[in-house]
Amino acid sequence: MYNYTNFDKEFVAERAVQFRDQVQRRIDGSLTEDEFRPLRLMNGLYMLLHAYMLRVAIPYGTLSGTQMRTLADVADTWDKGYAHFSTRQNVQFHWPQLQDVPNILEALAAVDMHAIQTSGSCIRSVTADHFAGVAADEFEDPRPTAEFVRQWSTDHPEFAFLPRKFKFAVTGSENDRAVTKFHDIGLRLVRNATGAPGYEVSVGGGLGRTPMIGKVLRKFLPRADLLPYMESILQVYNQIGRRDNKYKARIKITLHEHGIEDIRRRVEEIFSFQRTRFDGVDQDIFSRIQDDFEAPLYKQASTDEYAKARESNPLFRSFTDTNVHAHKNSDFAIVTVSLKAHGATPGDASSAQMRVLADIAEKWSLDELRVSHEQNIILPHVHKGDLPVVYNALQAAKLATANIGLISDVIACPGLDYCDLATARSINVAQGIATRFDELKLEHDIGHVKVKISGCINACGHHHVGHIGILGLEKSGIESYQITLGGDGTETAAIGKIIGPGFKADEIIPAVERLITAYLELRLDASETFLITFRRLGPSPFKAALYPAKEKYHAA
Amino acid sequence: MKNETHLSVITANDLLSGEVVYLTASGEWSPEHSNAILFDEAVMANARLVGVQSSDNSIVGAYLAGATQGINLAPSPVHFREIFRTKGPSNRALGKQTQSV
Repeated sequence: MYNYTNFDKEFVAERAVQFRDQVQRRIDGSLTEDEFRPLRLMNGLYMLLHAYMLRVAIPYGTLSGTQMRTLADVADTWDKGYAHFSTRQNVQFHWPQLQDVPNILEALAAVDMHAIQTSGSCIRSVTADHFAGVAADEFEDPRPTAEFVRQWSTDHPEFAFLPRKFKFAVTGSENDRAVTKFHDIGLRLVRNATGAPGYEVSVGGGLGRTPMIGKVLRKFLPRADLLPYMESILQVYNQIGRRDNKYKARIKITLHEHGIEDIRRRVEEIFSFQRTRFDGVDQDIFSRIQDDFEAPLYKQASTDEYAKARESNPLFRSFTDTNVHAHKNSDFAIVTVSLKAHGATPGDASSAQMRVLADIAEKWSLDELRVSHEQNIILPHVHKGDLPVVYNALQAAKLATANIGLISDVIACPGLDYCDLATARSINVAQGIATRFDELKLEHDIGHVKVKISGCINACGHHHVGHIGILGLEKSGIESYQITLGGDGTETAAIGKIIGPGFKADEIIPAVERLITAYLELRLDASETFLITFRRLGPSPFKAALYPAKEKYHAA
Repeated sequence: MKNETHLSVITANDLLSGEVVYLTASGEWSPEHSNAILFDEAVMANARLVGVQSSDNSIVGAYLAGATQGINLAPSPVHFREIFRTKGPSNRALGKQTQSV
C-alpha cells in the first residue's frame, strides 16, 4: 500500500485545521451559507434530505485494518453506528452534525484519510479495479498509476474549478472491473509492440442523464507521457468545456459537440508544449510509488484445510463458489465480502461489522481491504488454508452471504431515503428484489446477472450499465421505475436500452420476476447468462414478458 | 376552504444538526411540519422566503414546499418527497420517525 509521506500527513492535517476554522466562522455567522457551501463541498460535506452527509475518500478503494477501524469509530462517535460504502469506492456518513465534522476530519487525518475532492467541480477521488495487484487475469497493477494521478490531481491549482466534476478510473486487466469506459478519463495499462509500458486513454465516457461510452483518444501513450498528456486533456476541457449549462458541462458533451478528431488535435497541440515541462521528476516519483506497491511476501503453507472444508461444509462450498476469485498466487484467494445480505441496504456496514473486517484483514489478508464500486468489501490476500476460519468469522458477523454476481448483489444509490437530488427511492427496490429471489431460492440457478438501481437520472446507481437497470423517477406524483436492459460496464461496454413505460413501486418487483422467468425459459442452457441471452435475442421476448396482454397482466 | 394548489410552507435544514425544520408563525423553526405557518398566497410566501434566505443564519437551503390543510387545520405535506422528509429514511428507523411527537 502507499505510505503517506510527511508532506501528505501535514497537508491532510492542515486541511482539517482549516476546516475547523471555516466551520467555526459559519456557526458564529461570519460566513454565510453561500460563502461556506463551496468550502464544505471541498471537504466532502453535503446537505442531504434529513441531515448532512460526509463523503470520505478511499482512493482506488484501498484501506488498511486501522483505517477501517477508524471509520467504525467515526460511525460510533459522531454518526449512527454504520457507514455506507458507495459506488465510487468511497464511504459516506449520513448523519454527522456540522460542529463534529472537524473532529471527524482530524480523526481521519490521523490515519492518513480525508474527504478532499470528494465533491465539487474538480478531479475526484481516483478509482481502480478492486482486484488490483492480485487478480490472476491482471496484466499489471493499476494502483501505482491511480496513486500517481491522485497525487498530481490533489489540490492542482489549475483544475480546482473545472466546468464540472471529473472522474478517473484505471485498470490493468483485460477484464474491466473498473468501468473505465464510463469515466471522464479511463486508463487501461497496455504494452506496445516493443514491450514498453503505457496506457490506452479513453475520454468522454459517463453515465448520468446523457450516458456515453468513452472514446479512445490515444491507443498507446508511453508511461512517461502520462502527466503531460493528462494536463493537456484537462487544459482543453477547462478552456472549451461548457460553463453555460450544468447539464452539458461534462467532458463527454465537449467531446460529443467538438468530435474526437478536434479534441485530439487540440490535446496534441498543447501536449507538444506540455511534454517539455516534465523533465523526469514525475517519473522518479512514479518509481517511488511503484516501490510501495511491490507484491507482498506470501506465506507458504498447506491448503488442505480449504479442500477439507469444501468437502464437508456445503455452505462453505457455496460461499467459495460465488465469493472467491482467482489470485495471482494459486495458494491464495481474493474474497469478496457481500454487503448485500438479503433484505439489507446495499453498501451499508455496521460499526461492529467494520471492526470484524478490520480484524480479519489484519489477521488473514496482509492488513488490506478494498471497497468495490459494486458496494462490497474485498479481502485481497487470503491464504486458501485460512479460508475456513475467515468464513467462520464472516458468518458470525452476518457477512458471509454467498451472492456475489447474483441477482441479490444489487448496487443501489441511497436514493430518496437520503439524497436530496433523488426522484424516487432505490434501496427499497434493491431490498425487494433480494428478498423475493431469496424466497424463490432461484438466484444460484439464475446465475450471473447485474442489477443496478438509481434513484434519479444522475445515475449514481449505474443503472445504464446494469444487465437489468432500474431508474426511479417521479411520474404524476408517485414513484415510478423505468427498466433498461442489456447494459454492460465492462470491456464489452454497452448502454442499457429502455424497454417501455415505467412501473409503480408495487409493480417493479413482479416485473423483474417476469423478466427473470422469461430468461430462464429462453436461455439455451444454464451457462448462457442473462446478458448473453439478451444479446442473442434482443429486447422483444423480454418486452413481451414485462408488458403482457392486459388480462394476463392483471391475472398474474 | 382555501385553494389548496397555492398552499405552501417554508422548510429548510437546521444549520447544526441538518434536521428538517419548518418556519412557524412566530418566526421560529420547528422540527414538526404541523407547526408550520401555512401560506395561501404565493407573493407572501415568496417574500417571506427571500427574507429568511437572506437573513436567517440558523438554517440551510430554505424553499417553499406545497402543503395541504389537514382536518385539524394543521398543515400536512403533499408530495411524497416532503412526506419522507417528515419521517426519515424508510430503510432504517432513524430521523424524525423515532422521535415522539
